[in-house]
Amino acid sequence: MNSVASFTVPTVTHTGVNTVNLTDKVTIRNLDFFYGDNRALKNIDVSLYDGKVTAFIGPSGCGKSTLLRVLNRMYDLYPNQRATGEVTLDNENILDPAQDVNLLRAKVGMVFQKPTPFPMTIYENIAFGIRLYEKLPKSEMDDRVQRALERAAIWNEVKDKLGANGQSLSGGQQQRLCIARTVAVRPEVILLDEPCSALDPISTAKIEELIDELKEDYTLVIVTHNMQQAARVSDFTAFMYLGELVEFGETSKIFTQPNDRRTQDYITGRFG
Amino acid sequence: MNDHHTAKAFDSDLQDLSRMVAEMGGLAEKLIADSVGALAKRDTALAQRVTVADASIDELQQEIEAKSVLTIARRQPMAVDLRDIVGALRLANDLERIGDLAKNIAKRVIALNAEFPPPKLIRGVEHMTDLVLEQLKTVLDAYARRDVKKALEVWRGDEEIDSMCTSVFRELLTYMMEDPRNITFCIHLMFCAKNIERMGDHATNIAETVHYIIEGRPIADPRPKGDTTTIPSLRAELS
Repeated sequence: MNSVASFTVPTVTHTGVNTVNLTDKVTIRNLDFFYGDNRALKNIDVSLYDGKVTAFIGPSGCGKSTLLRVLNRMYDLYPNQRATGEVTLDNENILDPAQDVNLLRAKVGMVFQKPTPFPMTIYENIAFGIRLYEKLPKSEMDDRVQRALERAAIWNEVKDKLGANGQSLSGGQQQRLCIARTVAVRPEVILLDEPCSALDPISTAKIEELIDELKEDYTLVIVTHNMQQAARVSDFTAFMYLGELVEFGETSKIFTQPNDRRTQDYITGRFG
Repeated sequence: MNDHHTAKAFDSDLQDLSRMVAEMGGLAEKLIADSVGALAKRDTALAQRVTVADASIDELQQEIEAKSVLTIARRQPMAVDLRDIVGALRLANDLERIGDLAKNIAKRVIALNAEFPPPKLIRGVEHMTDLVLEQLKTVLDAYARRDVKKALEVWRGDEEIDSMCTSVFRELLTYMMEDPRNITFCIHLMFCAKNIERMGDHATNIAETVHYIIEGRPIADPRPKGDTTTIPSLRAELS
C-alpha cells in the first residue's frame, strides 16, 4: 500500500471564485479516499456553497461518484473503504466516527442514477422516510406528503393515484418521486448522482427546472456526464480527473474560459 | 491542447468554417483592390464587375451563418470551440460589410460618369487603400494562424489609416473652397476615403475577434484613434 508520505499534492486551479456573499455549507479539506489499497480520491479541497448548485464533471472513474458517497458516508456500508481528511457540514466533521450516520443521511439526501422507488404505494414511498425521523398524526403526514410531492413537481400527476405502486410510474415520474422522497425528510444538502441519465429530454427538463427551484432552500451537488446539463443547472463546477480535483470555479467561467488545459480538453471533447 | 476532437467530424466542421472565412477574406481583399483600381484607372466596366461580385461575399456570409448554427446545434461546443464559431460569425459580418463598402466605392465610380478628379487627389485614397489591404491581409493571416501578437499589431495600426483620412479630408476641403465646381467629385472622393477608413475599422474589429477567439476576453486597452475629422478644434482650425 502506498505510504502517505509518498503522495503527491495535486495542484488545483480555483478559477477566480468571488466568495463574497457565499457561505460554506460543506467544506472538504485534504480528502483522500481508498477502496482497499486503491487511492480513488487524492487530496481534494473544495467548498460547496450554501444555496448553490455545484456540478462535478469528469470522465468515468475520476472519483465524482466516490466524492458524493463520502458526503453522506454511504461508503460506511462497505468494508475496506475509508476516507481520510476533513469534511465538515456546518462546521461539524462528518467523517468523525462518532457522527450519527442516520442523522447525517437525513441532512444529506441522495438521488441516484436509476430511479429507485420502494415497492410500495406512492404515498408510502414518501411517508416511509418521514416516519423514520418523526411521528406525525395522519393529517399532518398527509400534508407533508403532499408538500414533498408538490416540491418535486409531481403532485398534479399523482394526486389521484396516491395508492398506486410507485414502480408503476414512468421513469421520469419515478425520479421525481425519489426527489420528493429525499425532500420529504427536510434535508439540507441534496446529492444528485446522474439524475437524468436514464430520462427522456422532457423529464430531464422537468428535473432541471426542479433543481433551479430547489436551490432556494437547499445546497445541491450534481454529478453528470452531460456537460450541457452541468452548464445549465449549476452555479459552480468542479472538474475531476484520475481522482484529483483539477479545476473548480464559477460555471460560467469553466465552460467558456477554463484555466487548466485538461479541463479545456475535456469540455471540448478532445480527451483521449 | 489536444488538437483533435474525439469526434473527428467536429474538427472538419471547424476547419470548414475557417476555410470559408478565409475564402471570404480573399474575396473582400479583391473587391477593395478592384473598386479603388476602378477609381484610379477610371474604369467603369471594372466598377460594374465589383458591384456584381459583392453578391458572392453575401452568399458566403449566409453559408457561414448556416454552417455555424448547424454546428452549434449538432456539437454544442464549449470554450474555445464556441469562441471559434462565434468568431467565424463575427468575421463573416465584418467581411460582408467590407464588401458593401467596396461596392459603394464602385457605385460612386459609375456615378462620377467620366467626371474624374485629378489623379493627385486620388493618390491619398490609394495610399489609404494600400494600408487597409495590408491590415486586412495581416489580420486574416493572424486568424488563420491564431496569432494573437499579429492581431494586436493590426489593432494598433489602425491609427495611421485614420490620420490619413483626416489629411485627405483637409485636402479635399481646400479643393472645394477653391472652386465650387469641384464639390461633386470631392464629395464622392471623400465618401470613398471614409469607406476605406471604415474598412480599416472592420479590420480592427476582426483583430479584436481574433484576440477574443484565442484569449477568451476582449482587448483591455483603449482603442487608439487617429481620425480627427469630427473633433471641433479641427473645424475651428479650418474655418
